[in-house]
Amino acid sequence: METRWIWRVLAVPGVAWLSLFFLVAMYAVLSVALGNQNTLNQPLPYWNPLDWNVGYLFDTVSNIVHNGPFLKVFLRTVAYVVVAMVLSIAIGYPVAYYAARHAGRWRGIVLLLLVLPFWINYLMRMLAWINLLSPGGWGTRFLHDFGIEALFEKLGLLNQDGGWLNGQASSVVIALVYGYIPYLILPLYAALDRIDQRHIEAARDLGASPFAAFRRVTLPLSVPGILAGTVLIALPMFGDYYTNDLISASPRTSMIGNQIDEYARQGSQKTIGAVLTILLAAVLLILMFYYLRTTRKADLERAR
Amino acid sequence: MSPVIAWLRNPWGKARFLPLITLIYIIWSVVPVIIAILFAFNDGRSRTAWEGFSLRWFWTDQTLSVFHDDALQSALKHTLVLALISVLIATPLGVTLALGLQRWRGRGSGTVNVLMLLPLVTPEIVMGVALLLLFLQIFNQIGLGTTAQAIGQITFSLSYVVVMVRGRLVSIGPEYEEAAADLGAPPTQVLWRVLLPLLSPAILASAAVVFALSIDDFVVTQYLSGDASTTTVSMLLYASARGAPTPALNALATISLAITLGTLALVFIVYRRFAGGEDAAAVAGLEV
Repeated sequence: METRWIWRVLAVPGVAWLSLFFLVAMYAVLSVALGNQNTLNQPLPYWNPLDWNVGYLFDTVSNIVHNGPFLKVFLRTVAYVVVAMVLSIAIGYPVAYYAARHAGRWRGIVLLLLVLPFWINYLMRMLAWINLLSPGGWGTRFLHDFGIEALFEKLGLLNQDGGWLNGQASSVVIALVYGYIPYLILPLYAALDRIDQRHIEAARDLGASPFAAFRRVTLPLSVPGILAGTVLIALPMFGDYYTNDLISASPRTSMIGNQIDEYARQGSQKTIGAVLTILLAAVLLILMFYYLRTTRKADLERAR
Repeated sequence: MSPVIAWLRNPWGKARFLPLITLIYIIWSVVPVIIAILFAFNDGRSRTAWEGFSLRWFWTDQTLSVFHDDALQSALKHTLVLALISVLIATPLGVTLALGLQRWRGRGSGTVNVLMLLPLVTPEIVMGVALLLLFLQIFNQIGLGTTAQAIGQITFSLSYVVVMVRGRLVSIGPEYEEAAADLGAPPTQVLWRVLLPLLSPAILASAAVVFALSIDDFVVTQYLSGDASTTTVSMLLYASARGAPTPALNALATISLAITLGTLALVFIVYRRFAGGEDAAAVAGLEV
């Protein structure tokens, strides 16, 4: 076909934009992380890859390997994110399952309510909790009156009455779950909704109990949805700093995102910030490509 | 036995615990925000003790209300300006990229496909740092501020436009274009008179999504902000949520939420009308 040029021309502005503001930006992080600093700790990027200096990267990695302060932050981040992911699946799976299989005539409204948090500013959702959990707030009183405060104190998850917003790891993890769980529930819902009802009916006809049919048919078929949703919430959780700043505001709960924010934006040493950013990105790259591959496969299947 | 307990114990009803868990989840996820909205209308200065209904934090208070406090008002204005710029640039850029990618087969198209999806999966803090360093080290003529913020927002919203418009292109199929071409229409006319009209609902929907994404964005916008005049609603919420602000902060958040939801609802209705309800879920974000 001789008319094909038009499609290529149409793609040019978008491709140029992404190259300039995404690819070159990523290259800037590399050049700063693998550059040098002047005596005022201002970054001196090395643009030529042949000049790249791995000194700061090496220092940071050896800080992590040799039990330096970054190791603690790194392990804390992984622990928070893993607990938050497990809690999100435990809460999100039944909700997605109900919406996909049992909601019946409520399905429309349930879906609307599940989608709603997407369009509420994340910071507003956190503001809502700060209001509720500040001393004397409705949430604090509710948790006190229903014995949840006492229970958390007994479990060692809360170290003073009403101190929900004073550097509590439990509050940060629950806030992360609250913030990101909608992004898990929707792909899970989509995966559960796609499962052919006839598979489950066949299992039941062949004598499986409802629980066995769930465990041996529905659950395995929904694993791709669980994985996709988990990756989707793990990516932003690993880079989160604002939830921590708002709900805890204490270095005791500082995550890798907080360190990056401190070094790169607040500006003490942008080079170290860039090094931490590429380390984080390197770890997350595996998750990112896993997610891209699965969505691409799903796209191709849908196109067929 | 209360009817609730009877209902829970009834062995013949189906899936009794699932609706209960779902109900508790929905209450947990939505009610705190409703309470935050409620306190925007509080008559007192407290965000924790209810003292009756008033509109003082929206406009009646002469110094502290959203309408009279310069910092709050400027944040709201700046948020809307950024959203408008993002929509005006990201939508056409995304639509042309979607059209190009959909029909462009062969060398280079695979790479561009991955490039287009990367901003969707890159954690925002990585993009924030990357763009910050880009504007500090390379485009230091532009520097930080409104232009940088708009560019950052466009960069991550572009992919949403492409994904949504391409979804619609796939469902339209190549038949209409081929028919027009067979009847002698040159490619530019096929584009203007066949494809764009067919795509208009998806274009409108993606514009609404870009608008909402821009209003609710925090990380990239904060990283690329310059002086105080480039503070947005999200940034103000972050900066003062833990201090001792008045319910005016809740009022500001409520106004911003109303604008977002109002835009999405409006577009959803228009979309349903023109696309006959087809893929209406795309507006609600299910597609992405």
